[in-house]
Amino acid sequence: MTDPISAVLLDDSVELTLTELCSLCAVTEELVVEIVGEGIVEPSGAARGQWRFSGIAIARVQRVVRLQRDFGVNLPGAALALDLLDELERLRRGRR
Amino acid sequence: MEYKDYYQVMGVGRDASAEDIKRAYRRLARKYHPDVSKEPNAEERFKEIGEAYEVLRDPEKRAAYDALGARRSGEEFRPPPDWQFEQAGNAAAGAHSDFFEQLFGGLGARGGFRGRGFDTAGQVELTVEEAYRGTERRVALEHLVADEHGRLKPTTRELTVRIPPGAVDGQHIRVAAQGQPGIGGGPAGDLLLTVRLAPHPWFRTEGRDVYLDLPVAPWEAALGDTVRVPTLGGRVDLKLPKGAQTDRHLRLKGRGLPGSPPGDQFVVLKVVVPPPQNAEEEALYRQLAGARPFNPRAGMENAP
Repeated sequence: MTDPISAVLLDDSVELTLTELCSLCAVTEELVVEIVGEGIVEPSGAARGQWRFSGIAIARVQRVVRLQRDFGVNLPGAALALDLLDELERLRRGRR
Repeated sequence: MEYKDYYQVMGVGRDASAEDIKRAYRRLARKYHPDVSKEPNAEERFKEIGEAYEVLRDPEKRAAYDALGARRSGEEFRPPPDWQFEQAGNAAAGAHSDFFEQLFGGLGARGGFRGRGFDTAGQVELTVEEAYRGTERRVALEHLVADEHGRLKPTTRELTVRIPPGAVDGQHIRVAAQGQPGIGGGPAGDLLLTVRLAPHPWFRTEGRDVYLDLPVAPWEAALGDTVRVPTLGGRVDLKLPKGAQTDRHLRLKGRGLPGSPPGDQFVVLKVVVPPPQNAEEEALYRQLAGARPFNPRAGMENAP
């Protein structure tokens, strides 16, 4: 039995660099640059080297990757689906 | 091991064309994909569909599968003694049924990664209470490790992860340097786990906010009594507003899941009417009805 290892919550207070985000999501930097270009995730910082992503970006990047892979949609299509899913989620909450 | 009828899973006939199969897959994926679906068991169904598609879309695998003959799903099954299926390259490592592993999971058919996002090893399910207090979890990790012949074999390793308070549903947590061991002595990657919060009998969560339906008696709501309310941090006294109605939301600031800022707890009132159990209680209701004219349907006067 090994000692417990502490985990870090990746919430909106966490700041991840482009390299860290890519490594956590197992995607290339090029893909993340394209995802940012679609406005799917919005890093702080102007230049690519200064980009900082919140922990929430991980879930969005992974969702886009899965939507692309499993439905064969392109990036703008995945972005649209993600926006509609967010909207649906908001509506479902409102109705309760 | 149980036989799996992949044609039945996909809802197509055994003579379906490649085009039919692709169409069926896309339709089922839209219905059951865990990213877009609210169907119960979506994740399980999607895995099953993915596995069926992986076999039926690939002419070599499909031909080998067809050669087994049609059987009933769930029927006891052993692969023929002379069974051999080898395919270079791109087969998937990931969550597959025993049936699939036995037939297609053998030599040479490993290597690629698909379905990493839904890898169950990367998920931890917590109760809402555990998310509130923080907790520890044993996590079993599957690594692909090269054996003496250089083939990649899955091996399992367990570790205990301490999860800090305040994890919310769908959130990721990072465990430094506990991911896949590096290639050629390189540093191990970070382990990324997705948190799922199990449904709770009373508490629902939305992000860090917690919702609780609170049953109240009509007189408690009418008179604005003080009632005891369960929260994740323990019971608190809550004074109801006089004349409070069902579905009224009352906010307990900062009583949700911890964080900066912490979430709130929303108490949603549900007025419960006790049915009269004897003539005396019925008379009390009559007396109340006579005391003041009250028409809860006043706004519906003009309805048909």
